Amino acid sequence: MKLTTTLAGALAASTCLAGMAAAQTELTMWYHGGGNEVESNILDGIVSEFNAAQSDWMVTVESFPQGSYNDSVVAAALAGNLPCILDVDGPVMPNWAWAGYMQALPISEAALEGHLDATIGRYNGEVYSVGLWDAAVAMYTRQSTLDALGVRTPSLEEPWTLEEFNAALAAAKASGDFEYAFDVGMAWTGEWYPYAFSPFLQSFGGDIVDRSTYLTAEGALNGDEALAFGEWWQSLFTEGYAPGTSQDPADRDGGFVEGKYAFSWNGNWAGKVALESGIDDLLFLPAPDFGNGSTIGAASWQFGVSGTCEYPEGAAAFVEHALQDKYLAAFSDGIGLIPSTAEAAAMSQDYNEGGALEVFFELSNQQALVRPVTPGYVVAAKVFEKALADIANGADVADTLDAAADEINADIERNGGYGH
Amino acid sequence: MASKLTTSNRAGWAFAFPGFGLLAMFIVVPFFFAFYLSLTNQRLISPNPTEFVGLDNYRSLLSISVLSIEPEVDDAGAVVRNEDGNPKYPRVRTFTRNNPEYPQYAGMREWFRWHSGDTAKVVVATDVVFWKSLRNTLMFVLVVAPVQGAIALGLALLINQRLRAINIYRAIYFMPVVVSIVVVSLLWRFLYAEEGLLNSILGALSFGMFEGRDWLGDPDTALGAIKAMSIWQAVGFHMVIWLSGLQTISPTLYEASSIEGASKWQTFRYVTWPGLRNTAVLVLIVITMQAFALFAQIDVMTNGGPLDSTTTVVFQAVERGYGKQDISGGSAISVVLFLIVLTISLIQRYLTREK
Repeated sequence: MKLTTTLAGALAASTCLAGMAAAQTELTMWYHGGGNEVESNILDGIVSEFNAAQSDWMVTVESFPQGSYNDSVVAAALAGNLPCILDVDGPVMPNWAWAGYMQALPISEAALEGHLDATIGRYNGEVYSVGLWDAAVAMYTRQSTLDALGVRTPSLEEPWTLEEFNAALAAAKASGDFEYAFDVGMAWTGEWYPYAFSPFLQSFGGDIVDRSTYLTAEGALNGDEALAFGEWWQSLFTEGYAPGTSQDPADRDGGFVEGKYAFSWNGNWAGKVALESGIDDLLFLPAPDFGNGSTIGAASWQFGVSGTCEYPEGAAAFVEHALQDKYLAAFSDGIGLIPSTAEAAAMSQDYNEGGALEVFFELSNQQALVRPVTPGYVVAAKVFEKALADIANGADVADTLDAAADEINADIERNGGYGH
Repeated sequence: MASKLTTSNRAGWAFAFPGFGLLAMFIVVPFFFAFYLSLTNQRLISPNPTEFVGLDNYRSLLSISVLSIEPEVDDAGAVVRNEDGNPKYPRVRTFTRNNPEYPQYAGMREWFRWHSGDTAKVVVATDVVFWKSLRNTLMFVLVVAPVQGAIALGLALLINQRLRAINIYRAIYFMPVVVSIVVVSLLWRFLYAEEGLLNSILGALSFGMFEGRDWLGDPDTALGAIKAMSIWQAVGFHMVIWLSGLQTISPTLYEASSIEGASKWQTFRYVTWPGLRNTAVLVLIVITMQAFALFAQIDVMTNGGPLDSTTTVVFQAVERGYGKQDISGGSAISVVLFLIVLTISLIQRYLTREK
């Protein structure tokens, strides 16, 4: 008798649970951080809290390794199998939005208040994606290195000028203390090149494409300012200041800490490792001002809703839920990224006032410039990467940049102007 | 023309169907698809409708011409020369960019140049990278096909002996074939690194005389390094084919030749080699086709760099079709490659035909 009651109770309870689950509409989500346990745990936590907090939606997550994430999305889109909630890299978003892989995210402007500009993915006047974090790049060096070389310590208000920076590189090389003066990170092929190096070009006064129309690269990528950038870029390698395209990836990761390089151009995600390695006078300096202001790249991974999703309001509800400061701070503490809001930064371990990486929040806040917001960026980025690698390997600067501008223009033309 | 193939042979066709079906689905249909796509402006990702563009893709891929540049002259009409006495030339970009006097060269880039007298003859092409990839691929095939075939034959002769534990040697030579090419490429990247094993061995052998060089980072050595690695990797496969050929030669022929007093060379020349005829044709064609398909090593080791010195036709097809989202351009490259390989295979068939 007792057993029967228990069984009946269990049956009733499970039916009830199943009934509840059925009432929730399932929303699938794809995420780029497969293989990273910390990251997955935080995301799973957000998802389960969201699923428990309301009864309309039930989010399930599938993670992919970052290297093959974009390919997976493109393949799924061609096959018509996109999930509902998409994780998208900031600069790629316009391409997917233009292709119809994504639709505008029906999120309230109030939910976005106080967010760093670059964490909000806007295209054609609409919000398509929102990021829980941003990333920033800084010049890593040691105070003792600057003192030994007799170089001024720059600040956000007064970054190095081109002459000062070149003099610092020459002094570092002349000191003989370093294998190379300046590690720009040539070993990190792929998106690192346009993300990290196009701000140098912009600081010279050029750009990957002409942002006033987004219809041509002529003059932006091969104008006089761009040629000046190209000559300077090439000099980094011909003068022996920077290791070239065949830099060992292990040196890229550990070379600065080991003292092989005087300066290293690296992202905030490497900051923790450098701090924990026992360098007590580590500095994160702003990019040099090459004439047109000091600037760095912006926009990291963001959440949006796929074009085929039938429940954009459900996706928006999830994104709004995920944008709570406690989650932003959790991601920051877990994987070292810059929280999207000042409040979350204050809650985080490293980006709060006096925190070890605080300076990155200000870099993002004051200097960040998103990569060209155009569907053509995906191809332009590849062309730019190859041009910079070729110039580093000794190709003629003017010819290489001309060819790159031509290739970008041909691509824009073949795509009917990418809707601009 | 009723033949056995077409009359009352349903069972035969039924047995052949799975094989033919797969071949058609994965090779024949995609080829016609590629040919069709190469005549359009199909993109990987695009909301725009696909348009028929005729031969535009081939035109931008294959356009090539020679531009003659006269040296600069000063006011007196004398040729301007630099310190070494070489004439100074105006830059190619002054002819190919925004120059209405030379519309036929618009958008072209220099591939290479030579001099006839003081005139510079510059070969300009719309798609220099493609031409470089074609040259690299041909250079790769020209070296790899004969060298790999010859080494494989040498190894096959070595292991075609009745020795104790010969299977261990066979296994050792065959091992690189079994390992994934991606893994092999990664390992060789470390071997070729500036502080890698190859440089230390050469340094030790030459008592420090040899200074380490960056094998894959130098345009002069990168393709050679990949050739050497590719030959090593696949030589075991062709060794096994040669070995199977060797074992079909009747032992009585060798007995007869030894009774006749033939030397080792004579035995090889007049017994072994004629017996390997069909195997040789197979090995040559297989190596040639594999060499034309060079991709994984490039993708893992160099990405086509430095300065396009290792880019190949297949690498370009993938890079454009998928990386740069230009399916039509990638298809055009595939079609050109297909025609080249077909032509070469037909020539090889003709040259090695039974007379």
